Amino acid sequence: MDVVWYLVLSALIFCIGATGVLVRRSPLVILICLELMLNAGNLALVAFSRMTGTADGQVFALIVMIVAAAEVVIGLGLIVAMYRRRLPMDVDQMSELKG
Amino acid sequence: MSLATYSWLVLAFPLAGSIVIALLWNRLSGRVAGVIASTAIGLAFANAIAATIKLQERPEEARHATSSLWDYAATAGVNVELGIFVDPLALFMCLAVSGVSFLIHVYSVAYLKSDRGYSRYFAYLNFFVFSMLLLVLAGNFVLLIVGWAFVGFASFALISFWYRRATATSAGMKAFVINVIGDVGLVLAAILLQRDTGTLDLPTVFARAPQVFAHNEWVIVAICLLIMVGAFAKSAQLPLHTWLPDAMEGPTPVSALIHAATMVTAGVYLIGRCYPLFQIAPTAADISAVIGTLTLLFAASVALVMTDLKRAIAYSTISQIGYMILAVSIAAYSAGFFHLMTHAFFKALLFMGAGSVISAMAGMQDMDRMSGLRRALPFTFGCFLAGALALAAFPGTSGYFSKGEILELTASRGGLYDVLYVVATIGAFMTALYAFRMVFRVFYGAPCEEAKQLEGGHLAHVEPFNPATGESEDTDVGFPGEQHHVAEREWEMKVPMAILAVLAIFAGLIQVPGVDDLVTAFLEPTFAGAVLHLHASDATQMLVLSLDALCAIGGIALAWFLYVHRPGTTAKLIERFRGLHTFLVHKWYFDEAYELIVVLPVRTVGRFADEVFERQVVQGMVNGTVAAVRAGNSLLRGAQTGVLRDYALLLLVGVGGLALYFLVVAR
Amino acid sequence: MEAIVFWFAALAALVGALGVVFQRNPFYSVLFLVTHLVALAVLFLLLSAEFVAAAQVIVYAGAVMVLYVFVVAYVGGLEDPLTEPSPVVRVLAPLFAVGLFVELCVAIAGSSLKALDSHDAKLAPGFGSPEQIGELFLTRFLIAFEVVSLLLLVAAVGAVVLARREPGDATPPREWG
Repeated sequence: MDVVWYLVLSALIFCIGATGVLVRRSPLVILICLELMLNAGNLALVAFSRMTGTADGQVFALIVMIVAAAEVVIGLGLIVAMYRRRLPMDVDQMSELKG
Repeated sequence: MSLATYSWLVLAFPLAGSIVIALLWNRLSGRVAGVIASTAIGLAFANAIAATIKLQERPEEARHATSSLWDYAATAGVNVELGIFVDPLALFMCLAVSGVSFLIHVYSVAYLKSDRGYSRYFAYLNFFVFSMLLLVLAGNFVLLIVGWAFVGFASFALISFWYRRATATSAGMKAFVINVIGDVGLVLAAILLQRDTGTLDLPTVFARAPQVFAHNEWVIVAICLLIMVGAFAKSAQLPLHTWLPDAMEGPTPVSALIHAATMVTAGVYLIGRCYPLFQIAPTAADISAVIGTLTLLFAASVALVMTDLKRAIAYSTISQIGYMILAVSIAAYSAGFFHLMTHAFFKALLFMGAGSVISAMAGMQDMDRMSGLRRALPFTFGCFLAGALALAAFPGTSGYFSKGEILELTASRGGLYDVLYVVATIGAFMTALYAFRMVFRVFYGAPCEEAKQLEGGHLAHVEPFNPATGESEDTDVGFPGEQHHVAEREWEMKVPMAILAVLAIFAGLIQVPGVDDLVTAFLEPTFAGAVLHLHASDATQMLVLSLDALCAIGGIALAWFLYVHRPGTTAKLIERFRGLHTFLVHKWYFDEAYELIVVLPVRTVGRFADEVFERQVVQGMVNGTVAAVRAGNSLLRGAQTGVLRDYALLLLVGVGGLALYFLVVAR
Repeated sequence: MEAIVFWFAALAALVGALGVVFQRNPFYSVLFLVTHLVALAVLFLLLSAEFVAAAQVIVYAGAVMVLYVFVVAYVGGLEDPLTEPSPVVRVLAPLFAVGLFVELCVAIAGSSLKALDSHDAKLAPGFGSPEQIGELFLTRFLIAFEVVSLLLLVAAVGAVVLARREPGDATPPREWG
């Protein structure tokens, strides 16, 4: 299979994830859509790694995975904290950083 | 120690005194500040004496020295050092200044005892003495101008000493502004000299000037006229004299020191010091002589009608300085400086006496309210009488010999100067008249209320008030203290007055015409390069001196007649010559003229600059800029909605934009 | 053969992605994400990245998703409506996403990306194996490895701090009572 197909698929997933981030209102779901975007990036990296024949891309993808895990941990911690403080789980209503 | 060292010490002690008092001002209790200040000046005087002794040990040709602390500026064409020039004239002035200052310091120790600004006063006073000594000892024009400016500042600070009095602060501002006009003249003269002679060092300039400038060339005349502007502003001559009567707002010892004995004589010193320049520009010297004479007549006429005691003495000062200016302008240098010295003695004495009288009158300065203080203030009366005798040039007093010498040398030059001589003699008659007008009005006649109280042993006391406007004040810092001090009760006031009284009467003996001429001999090395060596013939001398004595005695007699023998005469005279009297009382309308010509236009320009230019144009531009920035800001602020998704959208748009850019570029 | 597997896996991935975005219940979104992740693992296998595929399944689909499930269970699935009060974002967002996709495709398929070689490179034996990855981690990418470990530590500590129980917090929901 042409590497190009993988790349196109990766772009598609990325854009679907982007749509999800912009369209959904629950912070939890936004985080999940972020995961989608990260995975799209991973796919692209592994595809490039296959194309060049070096394993650098795979190592990069693994590290992206680790970072994604760390980010998920913090994000979910935030969501739990939000829930505990009885804040509305709605990203549109959390706008105190208004200029 | 060498001559130069002594001279530097003369400068160092008052400066050190001023700094010490200024730093410790609120930790010095009681009269410590006064003691420190007086000691500093006393040491300066001692060092001046030592320097004079050292100077006199040298042969006549070598009686000058320069000494430099460090090179202040050595750039292309300009070489300025922090240096002094010591010669007989400089030391003469140092002795006069430090000696009289020392006596006035001692007087002030008691006079201002109850004033809350005691330390500040002595810090300023010491600084003033330092500046005056710096001016006199300066070895180049830059240092001279520095001393000139410092003296102006000290004068301002001390006139406005009671700073919560509106009249005092406006008087201080007036003095300072007029002084600055003089400063400008002096600086311009220095610039021109630097341009043409290539140096600012005093001895060098005077040596090169005759070679650089042709006789009466317009440049050198201009330079001398500019120097005269500076001198006249500082010495309160026509037309820059209006500040001195108003400067009487300051404490009386300040009037005694600055506005009688020392600062106002700086102009005389300047013209005397720059005599080589005036020699090459006789036109300027003649103009100076004429202005001096006019001034002495003008001031004497106004002093005849002044009712404020201190202002009368102030106009007397202006008049006497007119004599000094006349003297140094017609090349009678030693006569001029001799009169400077005797004037310092008797004028300071008169002011000290006036201070005592005003204290007895509980701050009242109006002579109309004073009478018969002779029995209440016997010591003050004696000293005041001595001063008035010297001022009137009563035969035998110091004033008689000094004024007489000026008059005889004026007469001896002949030509135009005969006119000046006649005017100066009329002025001498008027001087005697107004001097004894003061004496008779204040001390003779029936004792006034305050005098009666004082005879009974009780010093009059009223609620504090402003003598000029009558409005009431308090006695906190910024206003005079609550107590008044008369000489009879304070030994610190008695001793200086006694010393000055003795000097006023007997100091003339050092230069009796035909007998000795110590002053001329002392100053000879400085004026060795003078072209004219004036000497009056014996006949002229006899004539002038007898005429002078006649004027003095005649003036005293007329004053006796008007004020003691027939007290109501002056009222009738005023009635008959009401117009003239009003003209004189308004001081020939100089203040009003200046108000119209100078103050009004400046104020209008200032108002325009403020209301139109500053408020509308400049502020408008600033505000406009601010408003524009704010508008842009609120426009951009719309992007900060606080909603997460808007930010995410912006992010994505940005990423897309970047990718588009790279796509396009790569193609 | 490879193509078929690719197409199936790709389809599964897409379905998962769309499901994530368009499901109202967060719990279902998480499940769709798990599907998507597994499909991606298959794609990684197709690309000879065995270790990455394994890590994807174990770490991502296994651990990270379990975290998500726990939190969703704790916080409660909110059925948030997909319709927006603001039509601007509703219209603009998908539009921009589509625009981005088009751009990327142009970039990928167009002739501007010269580095893209349709012919796959020759693969060395052991490509993508744990040994190779491990060796790379401990030699060339040692610093990245260490840093990322530190990052995990920090994240763990941060999560504990963030999710601390403070006085005044809501008590956990009692769903079975």
